[in-house]
Amino acid sequence: MRNAMLIKNGHIIDPSQGIDGIGDILIEDGKIVKMEQKSRRAEEQKKKSPDFRIIDATGLYVIPGLVDMHVHLREPGFEHKETIKTGTLAAVKGGITSVCCMPNTNPVNDNRTVTEFILRKAYDEGSCNVYPIGAITKGQKGEELAEMGMMREEGCVAFSDDGMPVVNGILMRRALEYSKTFNVPIISHCEDISLSEGGSMNEGALSTQLGLRGIPSASEDVMVARDIILAELTGGRLHIAHVSTEGSVRLIRQAKERGVNITAETCPHYFTITEDAVKGYNTNAKVNPPLRTQKDVEAVREGLKDGTIDIIATDHAPHHRDEKLLEFDKAPSGISGFETALSLSLMLVHDGVLTMSRLVEKTALHPARIVGIDKGTLKTGSDADIAITDMNKEFKVEPDKFISKGKNTPFDGWKLKGMPIITICKGKIYDWRS
Amino acid sequence: MKDLVGIKELGRDDIERILDTAASFKDVLKRDIKKVPALRGKTVVNLFFEPSTRTKTSFELAEKRISTDVLNFSVPTSSVVKGESLLDTVRTIEAYGVDFIVIRHSSSGVPHFIARNVKASVINAGDGINEHPTQALLDAFSIVEKKGGLSGLKVAIVGDITHSRVAKSNVYLLSKFGAHIRLVGPPTLIPDMSGYDVEVFYNMEDGLKDVDVIMMLRIQMERQVKGFFPSTEEYSKNWGLDEQRLKLADKNAIVMHPGPMNRGIEISSDVADSAQSIILDQVTNGIAVRMAVMYLLGGAKGNA
Repeated sequence: MRNAMLIKNGHIIDPSQGIDGIGDILIEDGKIVKMEQKSRRAEEQKKKSPDFRIIDATGLYVIPGLVDMHVHLREPGFEHKETIKTGTLAAVKGGITSVCCMPNTNPVNDNRTVTEFILRKAYDEGSCNVYPIGAITKGQKGEELAEMGMMREEGCVAFSDDGMPVVNGILMRRALEYSKTFNVPIISHCEDISLSEGGSMNEGALSTQLGLRGIPSASEDVMVARDIILAELTGGRLHIAHVSTEGSVRLIRQAKERGVNITAETCPHYFTITEDAVKGYNTNAKVNPPLRTQKDVEAVREGLKDGTIDIIATDHAPHHRDEKLLEFDKAPSGISGFETALSLSLMLVHDGVLTMSRLVEKTALHPARIVGIDKGTLKTGSDADIAITDMNKEFKVEPDKFISKGKNTPFDGWKLKGMPIITICKGKIYDWRS
Repeated sequence: MKDLVGIKELGRDDIERILDTAASFKDVLKRDIKKVPALRGKTVVNLFFEPSTRTKTSFELAEKRISTDVLNFSVPTSSVVKGESLLDTVRTIEAYGVDFIVIRHSSSGVPHFIARNVKASVINAGDGINEHPTQALLDAFSIVEKKGGLSGLKVAIVGDITHSRVAKSNVYLLSKFGAHIRLVGPPTLIPDMSGYDVEVFYNMEDGLKDVDVIMMLRIQMERQVKGFFPSTEEYSKNWGLDEQRLKLADKNAIVMHPGPMNRGIEISSDVADSAQSIILDQVTNGIAVRMAVMYLLGGAKGNA
């Protein structure tokens, strides 16, 4: 008998098979071999093999491990902020079993050598599955296309200049066209930098009151509009990263109604908190795009509900403590998101915005489909990437206890309800209760 | 109260106490010997990360008149250029044993950030485009001196409101005392101030009609390059204060300017030098107000 386990009597949610009910999952050698609505095989298995492990998931949700298609692992080049080792373990802590890492490392992941380095490092030291995202342009400079084909061959699943918008319209057009060869999405960080230049928070009455230069919603909306039009022109696959504004949600909704080939993402902070978190010059609430207003939060929630926004990603952006302990306008943008993402997303279920099934679609199944990986499912034969989740477990967010090197979160001290308590990934069981 | 980081953070009674105390210090400044021993043995550091002549001089004089020991820390000679973080710089200075840190910085929120991290009293001498609280206090003192109070006065603040910490602090202060505030300037330089009871005028003639106080702001030449207005000539033509426009205001209106003035651009020489101008009174009052602020912050025992 090989390495085997049974997750027993859990509430299984697997939208890829339309499953939403109590059942058992049998795992052998890290693969799902059988799922039954009600299994009586446990006892007989137990007799066959004394090593056979049974996890009692009574009262718990058993869901596919999350697929987070927007993260920053910082390696190579910024290992003081995060490494592939610490980042992937932090992800697993958050119930995330696959991540797509953005190319803004040093050197930039704009060629197959860097891609290969990331994949090898992830193989050696990573706790979860890592899928690199290559740069659209060489050095993310927005001047010349990077070698997408070669990076695709090496293992990149999407392309993005995340953090840096592709300012040049013709270059974005070419990227959307050229990427069709490989059927990979172009992920756009939508920001008109001429409108946001010098800004460090959302523009409005509060930015005036804090004396901080503002980033208007228009800075995002204008670029979303441009990229939708270019996607329409080229038929390329456009994925819009971190939607934060009411205007973007509206533009994306209209485009989808017209049948434009786009997908869209948001992050937990955009559907949970507003610009008010910046008050007191809290650099841990500095993020790009910036936290917006209540009206935007509601629009993003509505977009999640009606399907305008396809997926939830963390945009996990860890920074070193010293880098956030600066003047507000000089501190870098970003939130360390792995270890709060699922809990914050479960609030959408508690609040009735999404059902558990829809949440799993947006955090696991849809992102896996967008980047074309065989994840986010509990189908027989799939890797056993599983997050066993307790909907009612309450806990306090304590950044000092994060596995991630990045302690930068605006949710410090928040009391949250619901969290992953066991993660199964790459054949290992992580029981976070102990 | 440990710090003065902004007017927003003050209550009406805090402001009244500062203005009353400043009045006593103004009497001291009229004497032959203009010095009091109130803060003897206390040390102040003037930490100016932005060039400043007027505010720094005014603070330094106030610090000497109230008998503190004064240390000046200016950017070109500091370790800031050597890449030291702001917090390390400030903590080093605090370790020298200073009681007050007077700070000016180009980033908004720096005084708040520092105040959270040191035991010394922090006084904001201007942070980014956020606040310049001692300027608003001295402006209020100067208005009260001439007009007897603030409540019900019509005050026009004219110019680049968006980038003016002086304008912001004045709006916060005047609105606490029930003045009618008008913001006058080009739409490109008027920020979103919803939540405050202000009236916005793009047309200067309309904005000045019957006002009791006109506060002119210095216009920065670099705003032209950034496209906030096409030329200083056009700015001056539309939003400069000259004798003709001054006539639209109440006949007893007073004219103020935080300095340094661009004569012939935002304000004409004849207005700046007129009997209605109280620009030099503002300068004198600045010393009394800054003495009062230090006295009230440092007067409390066991701060340090």
